[in-house]
Amino acid sequence: MSDFLLELRSEEIPARMQAGARADLERLFRKELDAAGLKAGEITVWSTPRRLALVARDLPLATEAVSEEVKGPRTSAPEQALEGFLRKTGLTKDQLTERDGVWFAVTEKPGRATKDVLAEAIPAIIRAFPWPKSQRWGAASLSTESLRWVRPLSGIVALLGEELVKCEIGGVKSGYVTRGHRFHCPGEITIGSAQDYAEKLRMAHVIVDHVEREAMVREKARAAADAVGLVLVEDEGLVIENAGLTEWPVPLLGRFDEAFLDVPPEVIQLTARVNQKYFICRDAGGKLANAFVCTANIEAKDGGAAIIDGNRKVLAARLSDARFFWEQDKKKPLSLHAEKLARITFHEKLGTVADKVERVANLAEWLASEGIVPNCDPALARQAAQLCKADLVTEMVGEFPELQGLMGGYYARAEGLPDAVAEAIRDHYKPVGQGDDVPTAPVTVAVALADKLDTLVSFFVVDEMPTGSKDPYALRRAALGILSILQLNGLRLQIASVANTLLLQAGLLARAISNLPEIKAFEADKKVAEKFGTVIKQAEVDAYFDKEISNPKILHLIVDRAALAAQFLADRLKVQQREAGVRHDLIDAVFALGGEDDLVRLLARVRALQAFVGTEDGVNLLAGYKRAANILKKEECAPAEAAYDREPAEQALIDALDAAEPQAESAIAAEDFTAAMAALATLRGPIDAFFDQVTVNDADANKRACRLALLDRFRAAVHKVADFSRIEG
Amino acid sequence: MKEIAASPAGSGFCRIKARLIWRQASAKAARTMADTKQTPPRAPLSLQDMILRLHSFWSEQGCLILQPYDMRMGAGTFHTATTLRALGPEPWNAAFVQPCRRPTDGRYGENPNRLQHYYQYQVILKPSPENLQELYLQSLAEIGIDPLVHDIRFVEDDWESPTLGAWGLGWEVWCDGMEVTQFTYFQQMGGFDCKPVAGELTYGLERLAMYIQGVDNVYDLAFNNHGVTYGEVFLENEKQMSKWNFEVADTDSLFEGFRRAEEECKRSLEAGVPIAAYEQAIEASHLFNLLQARGVISVQERASYMGRVRDLARGSCEAYMEKNAQQWAAKYPEWSK
Repeated sequence: MSDFLLELRSEEIPARMQAGARADLERLFRKELDAAGLKAGEITVWSTPRRLALVARDLPLATEAVSEEVKGPRTSAPEQALEGFLRKTGLTKDQLTERDGVWFAVTEKPGRATKDVLAEAIPAIIRAFPWPKSQRWGAASLSTESLRWVRPLSGIVALLGEELVKCEIGGVKSGYVTRGHRFHCPGEITIGSAQDYAEKLRMAHVIVDHVEREAMVREKARAAADAVGLVLVEDEGLVIENAGLTEWPVPLLGRFDEAFLDVPPEVIQLTARVNQKYFICRDAGGKLANAFVCTANIEAKDGGAAIIDGNRKVLAARLSDARFFWEQDKKKPLSLHAEKLARITFHEKLGTVADKVERVANLAEWLASEGIVPNCDPALARQAAQLCKADLVTEMVGEFPELQGLMGGYYARAEGLPDAVAEAIRDHYKPVGQGDDVPTAPVTVAVALADKLDTLVSFFVVDEMPTGSKDPYALRRAALGILSILQLNGLRLQIASVANTLLLQAGLLARAISNLPEIKAFEADKKVAEKFGTVIKQAEVDAYFDKEISNPKILHLIVDRAALAAQFLADRLKVQQREAGVRHDLIDAVFALGGEDDLVRLLARVRALQAFVGTEDGVNLLAGYKRAANILKKEECAPAEAAYDREPAEQALIDALDAAEPQAESAIAAEDFTAAMAALATLRGPIDAFFDQVTVNDADANKRACRLALLDRFRAAVHKVADFSRIEG
Repeated sequence: MKEIAASPAGSGFCRIKARLIWRQASAKAARTMADTKQTPPRAPLSLQDMILRLHSFWSEQGCLILQPYDMRMGAGTFHTATTLRALGPEPWNAAFVQPCRRPTDGRYGENPNRLQHYYQYQVILKPSPENLQELYLQSLAEIGIDPLVHDIRFVEDDWESPTLGAWGLGWEVWCDGMEVTQFTYFQQMGGFDCKPVAGELTYGLERLAMYIQGVDNVYDLAFNNHGVTYGEVFLENEKQMSKWNFEVADTDSLFEGFRRAEEECKRSLEAGVPIAAYEQAIEASHLFNLLQARGVISVQERASYMGRVRDLARGSCEAYMEKNAQQWAAKYPEWSK
């Protein structure tokens, strides 16, 4: 048994690719071992900017000998068959063995030295390495077939035990020699084996274990902030990136001019993080401090003074730019910035961003004035919506696109717009993903909802729906955002209203889609489109459609696509509920009722159902329901005519239904689904007794028909709450 | 040590001997790196001395020291010594200063870091030598940057020029967090695979000089060692040219110029003079930049103009390849495979 060390040294590997490269190296190495039938003990993979390393413990020194047996013809078979077999195996007749009247060719594959296996495996791994981007280099690149690596490959160390595994690829030969830190220890160092590798590198100012370097960055950055009474803003992404950029990480704290703190803190943080990979700090009160922590790759001779000073200057230049943008942008009100949106295409089929803003503004105002978003001033909703995209054309967002919304909020405040408007501009993109804050302030809710509804329905109208894994316009995210906002705020927007939304927007959309080939022929409808742009009230829309829509094509298109958008939203709701841990059969049971498209009510029903089927009453009622449903499935319900003496259990069920039905109905009307379930629960005893004591399949056709009708009535009563046939168990 | 790298004069830069010289230089690089530990800090170099040091260093490495291309261009990469010479199999090692024009970066001389006209120091080595990184670091040491005092880092930055149909992998080189050089292994140029790959170094001269001199404002840079500052040479230039770029330049004649360059490029291609055609592509590219600065090209038009420039540049590269392919293939059989 020996330990194996492989080091692939190269010019600087991008930090973001190192984790993937480690995983790929291990995977490819294991694949090679498996193919050779070798088993290793523990496998460790490390990376620095300049090397990938793998250590495999306890490799056997040779693979096991294998005996392969190939079955041939029977000994009694004609001569030709045997000849064919000999040709195939390349053996002579005396080399075959005979067993039970059949020829066998047995080849002994002797074990191979592991060293030889590895010598072939290393070039194979290098050639197969799936770098996200790779390059050619040097004189060999005269041919495009030359070796590719993430950056030029400069050295290979491959040692099994203390023995060199000899291999060569792209002119790079394996050896014992590697290099230490680029500046602290630029000369060659000789590695003895896997045992001394990490330690020898450490002596040469290289911490080869990325986990250790990450810990160094994390702890020393924190300590640097602590030392001056500040709190480091932790950022694990930065920790990993800085560890991927250094072989000997040395976090250093520097200060920048306090005057820059006028710029919004998010801008400073982003400038420091994205452009410079610096950590930032807060003071004890939680306010952004004028300090940064950069991570150097050397123990500088002057203790880092020059490095800190250099980095300070770079940050100062970047913050000057940011402050310049901040001040330039503030010189104009958002409404003036917004004018430029007419020059930005939102989507080729959907016009400009200004067109979108107009639709969102109409919709936000409508959501407020219809009371769908309660306690929301329609005028503020419209104002916020009109300004919500204006920051896209500011200098700052041009520089830092991730600050969209946030900057708009700052600029709105700076020009003295109402808080509710500034907040709505800032937060209207939310929720951006799962776990993100969901808006609750009324104006924000109106704008956020309007923006997402418009995105969803507009793309459906122009037939840009998500397919499979493709969702280029993030419509699934928009749909989830809509659902989250509705649920968290308990808003009563029916799913079908998505269709209404479309009708509201029909004019504006019609204008956009009037350029689509299938529509273009109907010039007359451009007039329709213009008229629609100003229609807000549902009644007016309806009237307008009745009276004015002359082009059935537009109408059909919009209605069809609206139905699709509504269906899409319903599907997302199912997915969302499933992911939240709600049983999918319960969701189906409620959805199967149809006609229910008020989200809040729908979810209340699902919740009540989930609670109910967990109780003993629920389980038994479900059992009764299934029994009834099974009988009904088999039997034809003939109309019952004549009266007869009902059996007691039969009468009891009728009485129970007489009592339960109106109770359940009024509970449902009051949206008290728990009470509705409780009413149904009273049927449990009577239905059980009915099945015990009454024969449904009576010889008397009339009785049978009456009893079947009774079961049907019972089933219908249960269906008022949910389609129990969808419930499993 | 100079004799090692002294290349044959006249025909100048070494062709066949290139590999040998790079190897020897590698040893030199390692030694110099170790030496810097003892060397006392030098007095900061003036801008012109820095250029002279770089010239002398790269000249020692066997590079041709060329002069700037005499046309307005946005980056040193446009110089024919880079773009066209990156094509084809023949070795090519050159260094030169190229003035760059970025009309939209003009700030009327009021911004300490941004200029509409500045200098790049460009080195192109084909094929890329094995020790290119070491050579580069040695060049930094030559201009007074001690890598045990300053934090030098190679940070991923892949380069792409859609206009030139070119891309490469490499880094931006950081010195204490400041990007001082773009370091690229060209993979494609004009839509053609680079065979062999060239290494390109682009030093931002003003930035480096500001860094070395410890100056916060570009106009305060010492141009020479006799008291002349960068501002004395270029401040007025920046003011006037910013005004011209943003306010004065006649957009009609710029549009007309663009159209004419486009036509002339096509005519030159037909006439079988791809170098002349390429010059017109450079011209069109710069006129497009000026039109951008004047704010008369809409977002929608922008892509279309860039596509037109790209077609010119690519067409020129293609014609240049065609014109030379036969002789190259004869000389480098491996290349045409």
